[in-house]
Amino acid sequence: MMGFSQFGFDSLAALLAFMQFKPAAASSIADDVDQLYLFLSGITVFFAVLIFSIIFYFMLKYRRKSPDQSGTATHTPMALELTWTIIPSLICVVLFVWASSLYVRNGRPPDASTEIFVIGKQWMWHLQHPEGPREINELHVPVGVPVKLTMTSQDVIHDFYIPAFRVKKDVLPGRYSSIWFQPTETGTFHLFCAQYCGTNHSEMIGWVYVMSPTDYAAWLAGGEKTESMAQQGAQLFSQFGCESCHSSESGVHGPSLVGIYGKPQRAPNGETHVVDETSIRHSILAPSSVRQANYQSIMPTYQGQIDEEQMLQLIAYVKSLGSEERVNGK
Amino acid sequence: MSTAIAELHETPAESGVNYLNATYGIRSWLVTLDHKRIGLLYLGSITLMFFVGGMAAVLMRLHLTEPQGALFEPETYNKMFSTHGIIMVFFFLVPSIPATLGNFLIPLMIGARDVAFPRLNLMSWYIFITGAALALYATLSGGVDTGWTFYPPYSSLFSHTHVVAVALGVFIAGFSSILTGLNFIVTIHKMRCPGMTWFRLPLFIWAMYATSLIFVLGTPVIAITLFLLGMERILHVGIFDPAVGGDPLLFQHLFWFYSHPAVYIMILPGMGVVSELITAFSRKKIFGYAFVAFSSLSIAIISFIVWGHHMFVTGQSIYAGLVFSVLSFLVAIPSAVKVFNWTATLYKGSISYEAPMLYALGFIGLFTIGGLTGLFLAALATDVHLNGTYFIVAHFHYVMVGGAVMAYMGGLHFWWPKITGRLYPDIWARIAAAIIFIGFNLTFFPQFMLGYLGMPRRYAMYPSEFQVLNVMSSAGASILGIGYVIPLIYLIWSMRYGQPAGPNPWGAKGLEWTTQSPPLTENFEEIPIVTEDAYNYASEAARV
Repeated sequence: MMGFSQFGFDSLAALLAFMQFKPAAASSIADDVDQLYLFLSGITVFFAVLIFSIIFYFMLKYRRKSPDQSGTATHTPMALELTWTIIPSLICVVLFVWASSLYVRNGRPPDASTEIFVIGKQWMWHLQHPEGPREINELHVPVGVPVKLTMTSQDVIHDFYIPAFRVKKDVLPGRYSSIWFQPTETGTFHLFCAQYCGTNHSEMIGWVYVMSPTDYAAWLAGGEKTESMAQQGAQLFSQFGCESCHSSESGVHGPSLVGIYGKPQRAPNGETHVVDETSIRHSILAPSSVRQANYQSIMPTYQGQIDEEQMLQLIAYVKSLGSEERVNGK
Repeated sequence: MSTAIAELHETPAESGVNYLNATYGIRSWLVTLDHKRIGLLYLGSITLMFFVGGMAAVLMRLHLTEPQGALFEPETYNKMFSTHGIIMVFFFLVPSIPATLGNFLIPLMIGARDVAFPRLNLMSWYIFITGAALALYATLSGGVDTGWTFYPPYSSLFSHTHVVAVALGVFIAGFSSILTGLNFIVTIHKMRCPGMTWFRLPLFIWAMYATSLIFVLGTPVIAITLFLLGMERILHVGIFDPAVGGDPLLFQHLFWFYSHPAVYIMILPGMGVVSELITAFSRKKIFGYAFVAFSSLSIAIISFIVWGHHMFVTGQSIYAGLVFSVLSFLVAIPSAVKVFNWTATLYKGSISYEAPMLYALGFIGLFTIGGLTGLFLAALATDVHLNGTYFIVAHFHYVMVGGAVMAYMGGLHFWWPKITGRLYPDIWARIAAAIIFIGFNLTFFPQFMLGYLGMPRRYAMYPSEFQVLNVMSSAGASILGIGYVIPLIYLIWSMRYGQPAGPNPWGAKGLEWTTQSPPLTENFEEIPIVTEDAYNYASEAARV
């Protein structure tokens, strides 16, 4: 892109990696980000060298030769001022368009992404795979498959950062944020917390293990036998008594939750919003604030009774209801 | 430093009475209404703060020579970088050029006898040292570990350190900024001498004017934000805590609404100083006066609408990200225009290389790199990778140390003969400038590489593959530390033993060079009348 031949980029990237000036690039977006980075570096070097050369040339050529010598008056040509205003502006437009289109493209996960859930807490990363296995400060993923992380924090703001994948996102308490990546090579890569979170911030680090699909399947099958997150969520759903109002048949006291994820819902004030992880969470913790238009506000709050891990399992269950219906209905 | 200044009255100035020896004793300094003396009170205070903050930096860099950390527990390291940031930003960089050189020079440069509100000016200093003393005490008696950014809910609910006391110190010092800004704006509007029209003002005054606007408009926001943080911490009011309906990102929006413009509070005065130095040492009118002047104002205005670029990875909406990205690119343009105009000012000049000029040229070089690396962070896709890493640390140190502190040092050396009436040894000053330049680049250039490689900032320990670059950076920091101590020594020395400077040792233009050194308490025997543009060098040899 933008004048970089693929060969030129590859050889430059290889040189920088050899000199250890370039981090491993192991995701589908990493090379694109690196190309932009190298282009920006080129702009920086070009202008820095240009300005320094001119300054050094003037310093030598116009150095003071006698103590009483004054400078020679020059006028300020408007054309010159306009030139050095417009050219940087045009470069900035190019950079903005390039960087923004890449950002928008990188921000959108493919539909078929595997979803893994992340909880940050002082000072460790808790991860759970939809199939059930849990990990701490380690993340096992298959190569070549898009993976979406849905993340929240149990306490302060953290930030989930995998340099080799060029992805980073703040992990906040009280809401869900997400990133996605598609690993392109197997290996072991750093996982960092990149938002200062207190005393042992620098120990809130871990490893991402990118495995071949067969190794990954073996890893999933190899650990302790656990139920899937949706199954665990289903148990919580009955344990907390949710199903007395929200079972797929009743729908008298509260809406059925089948197929609700990803659909627009209308609130009493007339606003509609699409049901996502954060709104399911709000509906459980502060039901009166997100009540549906057709139902009375009788649901109690579950604030303080459900921890972040259980919340993610409940969300996984509600989402699984949606997919069952799609399968059965269409 | 303040004791050394107080001793000055024992040295008879060569031209008899001046502002330093007009009255005697500590009390005469503590109740002074003279803008020049107040400038020196600030100089003493912020010099102390600079070396406290600098000491924290040196200890941090020593700690980071080993991957597991060489000196401290992580808890202590966290307090070190928090102290370094808070002291350097709020108690050194923000007041640095405005409160010292600005206070000293604005009335002299516009041909006035003092600022508009001298009593308010003294009050600003007392407010400042009250806030500084509180922050310093809280820092030394246990410290704070939130970073200078105070992000909740860590700062509001989780940190067990002196968050409220330090925030109160910053809150109090903020009023000093507001009052100083107000004073400068009124002074520049109302106190210019006959003939000193807006477009004859030295560019330093334009820069001070733009800075003052930010002081007055921006500082109340950080005051409110820190007040809310204190309320949240003490009373759990639930403004930033999501568990009770608050929004932690609201704090970040409010914080950066002040703290991004605050970056320009730090760099705009530096740009003003550099415009004075480049013209004086190339004996030439500034190239594109109006472009340099208006770029200061446009930077001040645009700086208020770019804060969201600190929050690209927080989960703010994509559309907000796009708008803040394009605005951040926009603020790069007036900065570039300034660099081009300074460079063009050298063309056909008569350039000499005394220490202040070395600092000015160093400023242009380092600020250029600081500005260009800002493009990496305005660009959304690369910011995602670089945000929160050492790349950010390197970038803003190139702007704030390579830019603002270089300009401050240059300005201090340039006007030192005016302030004290004495010359410092120029050879030592040139050596120190070179040491600072080398030490600075060795400290911070490796940090760009560390950031791209993915090392997060604020880490008390780090994976061992980052060690080589960290050791390089630490080596640079020790050189940089030495570079800053040398001027402290020879400048204090020069106050007693330096050669008398005379009114205009550089052959510079500007009203401050037309009066004696050190100036009279009332600045001028007679109020000057201005008949020519600023930097009118080409017309005659100006050396006295």
